[in-house]
Amino acid sequence: MTSYILNRFAWAIPMLFLVSIAAFTVIQLPPGDYATALVAEMRANGDTPPEGTEERLRHQLGLDRPMYEQYGTWIGNIVLHGDFGTSLTYNQPVSNLIWSRLALTVAISFASLLLTWVIAIPIGVYAAARQYSFLDYFFTIFGFLGRGFPEFLSALILMWVAYSWMGMNVGGLFSPQMQDAPWSLAKVGDMFGHLWIPLLVLATSGAAGLIRVVRANMLDELNKPYVETALAQGLTEWAVIWRYPVRVALNPFISTIGWALPALISGDVITSVVLNLPTTGPLLLRALQSQDMYLSGSFILILGVFTILGTIVSDILLAISDPRIRYR
Amino acid sequence: MTDLTLNDMDDATPNAGRAEKLYQASPRQLMWWRFKRHKVALVSGIILLLAYLVTGLAEVTAPYDAFEGNARATLLPPQALHLFDSEGTFRGPFVYATTRTRDPVTLRPMYKPDTSKVVPIRFFVTGSKYRLWGLIDGNLHLFGATGTDKINLLGTDTLGRDVLSRLIYGGRISLSVGLIGVAVSFVLGLTLGSVSGYFGGMTDNIVQRSMEFLRCIPTIPLWMGLAAALPITWDPLFVYFLVTILLSLIGWTYVARTVRGRFLSVKNEDFVLAARFCGTSETKIITRHMLPSMTSYIIAALTLSVPDMILGETALSFLGLGLRPPVVSWGVLLQEAQNLRTISQAPWLLAPGAAIVIVVLAFNFLGDGLRDAADPYSK
Repeated sequence: MTSYILNRFAWAIPMLFLVSIAAFTVIQLPPGDYATALVAEMRANGDTPPEGTEERLRHQLGLDRPMYEQYGTWIGNIVLHGDFGTSLTYNQPVSNLIWSRLALTVAISFASLLLTWVIAIPIGVYAAARQYSFLDYFFTIFGFLGRGFPEFLSALILMWVAYSWMGMNVGGLFSPQMQDAPWSLAKVGDMFGHLWIPLLVLATSGAAGLIRVVRANMLDELNKPYVETALAQGLTEWAVIWRYPVRVALNPFISTIGWALPALISGDVITSVVLNLPTTGPLLLRALQSQDMYLSGSFILILGVFTILGTIVSDILLAISDPRIRYR
Repeated sequence: MTDLTLNDMDDATPNAGRAEKLYQASPRQLMWWRFKRHKVALVSGIILLLAYLVTGLAEVTAPYDAFEGNARATLLPPQALHLFDSEGTFRGPFVYATTRTRDPVTLRPMYKPDTSKVVPIRFFVTGSKYRLWGLIDGNLHLFGATGTDKINLLGTDTLGRDVLSRLIYGGRISLSVGLIGVAVSFVLGLTLGSVSGYFGGMTDNIVQRSMEFLRCIPTIPLWMGLAAALPITWDPLFVYFLVTILLSLIGWTYVARTVRGRFLSVKNEDFVLAARFCGTSETKIITRHMLPSMTSYIIAALTLSVPDMILGETALSFLGLGLRPPVVSWGVLLQEAQNLRTISQAPWLLAPGAAIVIVVLAFNFLGDGLRDAADPYSK
């Protein structure tokens, strides 16, 4: 087991390196650099910077050094000092801006993962145990629809339904009157009044696919002799189902967390933009639009790192639940 | 097995000749029989053919130009289609003309159907001039109204442009993004998948790990980052092309995985061994012997990866990072319906969303059907 875990972590190192390269590329891609932007800003403010300012700045900031050196400085600062650079638009260290938003993104992704399971497992098990029943067909249709609806569209529609039929204003994380209020029970309640839409949107789109997986796995297990044996012992049907085949059927389920995470974070980014939630999504979008590259690069880096770590955790969970995997 | 495949055939075939016909049938025929049994896939295929036909001929099928606005009819709700007028006489398909007033309090334009004035829908009417595919001049439209009357079956947007026409023009871009993207991922996925499956070992390991890597980056933030780097000043068509390439950079993994899986199972088949014993070169074994044996799987995998491309384009354009106006795509159109105020005032602006859902579902069903039909000898 230890060697399996170590092996997984060893594989993560090149992955993390690649993610950092990808993020650095995003920082470098747009034409011009920080020096160009600074000089342009000075000009916009009515200053006339002396001849050669741009080159001097570039030299001062180390932007004229070769790419690999710049990459080294950038990643070195992050790893050693937790310094992600400075956001150009906010004129603040990036690390000041991102952690609270990242925390919310992780919280929402995690909560919607749990909700996905709460929705998908019982429904999938039921649909398999009562194959071809009315509810089975109903959830099959639901599963297909979930595959077809892009997250931002379901967020838009839910928002519209909540607004026009339930009279709720659901954008943002808090109601306007609660925005600056100190934390209290009422504020937490208010937050949940706003959070249910993103959670529902993310959980349905994930659950739609997972219901099919659980159902297919359960159908494979239900016909096995051990189920019949258990039934012959006189246990009730549901006691048998929940105690034995479900456990086996959930194995492949755990392995898909690794794929579910990137999808959830992607979904969270776009859903938050639609719903105007203070997560990474809207800030990343704004950073990209204003070409605030240190900010956006850091987001991409951290989101990538989170997903890789999530994948490792899911692999380890899978190894714990299924011994065949560690010994392969 | 025989029973099941027998049922795949046409019911019209007489029972006695059935077994005979089954054994003589070519694989392609078997696939077609099996595909036909998947009714939803068949219907989806027809829907998609129609969608590509309508959007391909957008200049003719759209009643108006995508940019032709009408300041007198902004945010007009969809006009109801009637066959019988208020007296109950049959008039053919028609809509009622609308009268425009303003809400006394909010000053918003309000529209009321004017039941005394019937605007018949005519087919093959002359309307705004266009140049089909930039080649053929014309002014004939599939349907429309004559004279100064207009019909807006899906209403109009904030500038008074016909939503239906924009939907059709936008579909041309959104649907073709999927096809071009698939073409790119086809090349990438086929090359890397076949190399990885055939040679195995270290090559396989590297390709597998890079695929794993691509799958574990959250796609939307990565796409957003790359798309934002495209300068706004570039030609929209060029941006469109680059966006499709971005989408296929991740989309190829799905194709590659399928191809690799097939290669692993076909690698040790007799016909491959035979080819190798005859001294055929590796390239020729792959391209001439192995790839043709898995065409159907590849087609199914390609079909299943189209919806991801379409959804990706839509999401990026919706965020304003992919295609930008004046290019019309479904994502660009949905951008107008981004805030609650617009949607609650004009829910018909969400029509492109319905189109996306239908197309994506149809591709999924079609892909499922093709995948089932891909191996006609299995149960």
